[in-house]
Amino acid sequence: MTINYFEHDLTSLHEQLVNKEVSAIDLTRATLDNISKTDDQLKAFISTNADDALAQAQKIDEKADFSNVVTGIPLALKDNMATKGIQTTGASHILEGFKPIYNATVVEKLQNAGAISVGKANMDEFAMGGSTETSYYKQTTNAWDHSKVPGGSSGGSAAAVAGGQVPFALGSDTGGSIRQPAAFNGIVGLKPTYGRVSRWGLFAMASSLDQIGPFTRTVKDNAVVLNAISGFDQKDSTSSQREVPDFTAKLSGDVKGLKIAVPKEYFGDGIDAKVAARVKAAIAQLEALGATVDEVSLPHTKYGVAAYYIIMSSEASSNLQRYDGVRYGFRANDVKNLEDLYVKTRSEGFGDEVKRRIMLGTFSLSAGAYDAFFKKAAKIRTLLIEDFNKVFENYDLIVGPTAPTPAYGLGEEIDDPTAMYLADVLTIPVNLAGLPGLSVNAGFVDGLPVGLQIIGKPFDEQTVYQAGYAYEQASRLFEQRPTIAKEY
Amino acid sequence: MGTGNFETTIGLEVHVEMQTNSKLLSPSPVHYGDEPNTNTNVIDFGYPGVLPVANKGALEYGMRVALALNAKVSPFIRWDRKNYFYPDNPKAYQTTQSQTPIGTNGYLDVTLTDGTVKRIRIKEMHVEEDAGKNTHGSDGYSYVDLNRQGTPLIEIVSEPDIASPDEAYAYLEQLRQVILFTGVSEAKMQEGQMRADVNVSLRPFGSDQYGTKVEMKNINSFNYVRNALIFEEKRQAEVLRSGGIIQQETRRYDEPTKSTILMRVKEGADDYRYFPEPDLAPVVINQEWVAEVAENLPKSADSRRKHYVDELGIEPYDAEVLTQTLAMSDFYDATVAAGADPKRTANYLIGDVNAYMNKNQVELQETRLTPEHLAGMIKLIEDGTISTKQAKQVFEAIMIGEEPETFAKKNGLVQLSDPDLLLGWITEVLDNNPQSIEDFKGGKDRATGYLIGQLMKMSKGQANPGVLNKLLLSELKKR
Repeated sequence: MTINYFEHDLTSLHEQLVNKEVSAIDLTRATLDNISKTDDQLKAFISTNADDALAQAQKIDEKADFSNVVTGIPLALKDNMATKGIQTTGASHILEGFKPIYNATVVEKLQNAGAISVGKANMDEFAMGGSTETSYYKQTTNAWDHSKVPGGSSGGSAAAVAGGQVPFALGSDTGGSIRQPAAFNGIVGLKPTYGRVSRWGLFAMASSLDQIGPFTRTVKDNAVVLNAISGFDQKDSTSSQREVPDFTAKLSGDVKGLKIAVPKEYFGDGIDAKVAARVKAAIAQLEALGATVDEVSLPHTKYGVAAYYIIMSSEASSNLQRYDGVRYGFRANDVKNLEDLYVKTRSEGFGDEVKRRIMLGTFSLSAGAYDAFFKKAAKIRTLLIEDFNKVFENYDLIVGPTAPTPAYGLGEEIDDPTAMYLADVLTIPVNLAGLPGLSVNAGFVDGLPVGLQIIGKPFDEQTVYQAGYAYEQASRLFEQRPTIAKEY
Repeated sequence: MGTGNFETTIGLEVHVEMQTNSKLLSPSPVHYGDEPNTNTNVIDFGYPGVLPVANKGALEYGMRVALALNAKVSPFIRWDRKNYFYPDNPKAYQTTQSQTPIGTNGYLDVTLTDGTVKRIRIKEMHVEEDAGKNTHGSDGYSYVDLNRQGTPLIEIVSEPDIASPDEAYAYLEQLRQVILFTGVSEAKMQEGQMRADVNVSLRPFGSDQYGTKVEMKNINSFNYVRNALIFEEKRQAEVLRSGGIIQQETRRYDEPTKSTILMRVKEGADDYRYFPEPDLAPVVINQEWVAEVAENLPKSADSRRKHYVDELGIEPYDAEVLTQTLAMSDFYDATVAAGADPKRTANYLIGDVNAYMNKNQVELQETRLTPEHLAGMIKLIEDGTISTKQAKQVFEAIMIGEEPETFAKKNGLVQLSDPDLLLGWITEVLDNNPQSIEDFKGGKDRATGYLIGQLMKMSKGQANPGVLNKLLLSELKKR
């Protein structure tokens, strides 16, 4: 059986399972077929686990309890989420062959709900990058143009969904790593509010910024997946104890009365004019649907990138110290003593971008630099939060572009880290403030998708989805599919 | 201060392991002496993606120590990471409190050998995690045991108020006792549950600047601390007197030679890159919580001794012995509360119970003795049910968990004091021995001895001699 996921959303797949028109085994086989047909072009997966997935699918078919919407539905996991007994690498050489003896909480939740993970998606090494080019293993391509980057760091997850390999995938977002690849691939990606989803089992980059979220083709699918993975986890003391609402509750298509703010800084220098025009058109469509739209200011936006790269790299430098060759993962050969073991293992095990960020962070935390760097960055973070709070006193949502440009060519920017860092300018403030942010397709520039970013108040994913859904249903852009997805 | 023209300045950083059920940041058990790496889980091993959850009980234990040392409990706790690489430190950072110590500005009033009391100020206290253990095998491999990794510690940092090796010794001894009486640790030195980092420097008398300090880490014996300080005082004084300079260095105490040995010279401070731990939420400690912890804080050894001497009439030396451990003191209090005579209870605990513990090499809590049983036996003695001689057998029994009254009855270890019963026997004996009555009336005291002998025979030795004697005399007078 062949299944083209561009013709079925999660709700319809669920209905087919309930009505026994398809089985979990059918879906799992079809998904593995899709991957084998297209992954030589997309290179979205570091590994697949066909046997496990089929065995799980069989159990689910035998049990035949499809009361949960995600039961029997295949998915891809970013390879920084721990899967028990299945290699999890963080796309790093230093974890090659590492098989965790525990599941990430999101993996556990999805497994308990009967969703079937078919493989581990490629990513930038330890989620450090915006193009999936820092992966030790392979180079994922953009679903719309294989000469372009898929974005990152969750590039494999995004390409797998946009290329129609899987109906949904999970990614993680520290400074834009879900939203930007969603934008580059023309799909829907949400970074939930910090604390909405447990981080247990997510290989940490920056603990105060990391958050797991879904990639889907439609907004409704996205809300359905968020329903399945949200909630307090006693193993993550930064997860929120708030009750989890039904994220599909406000998907009416109506945005009348919603107050939307458009920060003028989000259309400033460095934003591609064609991208700006597409996004403005999308905002105009929301206005036409009944929302009120005003221009506002988030004055500290320009300091966001600097503050982010200090805080992120500081936390990462500490989080990545555990990869020392002593207990698990890669260990260098021919070491003379303990220090040599550390130096060689880490020198050979980490790639350049990871080393760059470890050095940045180690410096920012050092005794002579702490006040001028880490402490100052923390203060800027507070100012950015205050910027958002002020706007949210009068508005329900903030919208703008997700990324300053569409996807660029493979290898074009990898040697210019500063340019790469600046490309995160529109997504970073959302992580620093812990807010929910969604990217939905806002159309195309020169054949490449452009993302509309919708930012909400803390824990108000419902309203974010409400606007995203209304725009998506009005624009019908989700019906557009890349050439590769026509091959199933 | 016997160093000629110099005065000594000593500061101590004491680490005490707190005996919580589980570790500071993971649910693994805290237990000494088990097979290596059995008390561990993925958190202790620092696997990728694992997260810590702070143990509330460890924070409360930290608050207990802060309160017992007269410190201010911080209203807000934020955890910090102290970063360094070492195999016994699997995350390569230690979770500690650098910016928000659990307690600040405390003190301990230390009684010195000459009887004077000196206040040693305590700068701050931190709750933090202990490291694992590295051992270097004779096979050339190094081994890592993470059982201890994550055990909660309380670190107690004194001000440099200590002026001599003897003062340091007295401070440590009395600090240990304060900690014992918070109930957070048994502070067993041989198991490394209490360890001291020692900082010592010398300066000319009258100087307003401290000398360069030398550091000695992780000494787990108070005697070693004193010996190390005695050696350092002399060594530093000699260096200074001969015009030399003390380097900032780390030294190690060597017991066989009772000297200190240079480990490394410090070039500038270590940079641990402290920063706030982003994986743990900060903790607000409100007044209600502090009050609740204060209410559950066991009474100090000092106040217990005072109570024993002033109100229960116990000898000061005995009061000292009773307060050597929290377990003994609590046991004593519970026995007295169960109605036992305070003095007799003290005598039993200090005498027979201690002897039993020594003979069998057990701790009080490892025996099957309960305060209720000890009190029960003492009451049997007090009300004359058993004799002190019979009590010896009862004591053996209660040490292995027998109920004293049941045991005494079952084994016929009872004194008969019931006047009606005794009077019956007296009447019978007197009726059968008119000669003895005559002898008594004739002034022969020996006659009563004979009659008592007959009566004890009749009662199979169980008649209470005091009661029997009194009744017999009054009966004789009636005849």
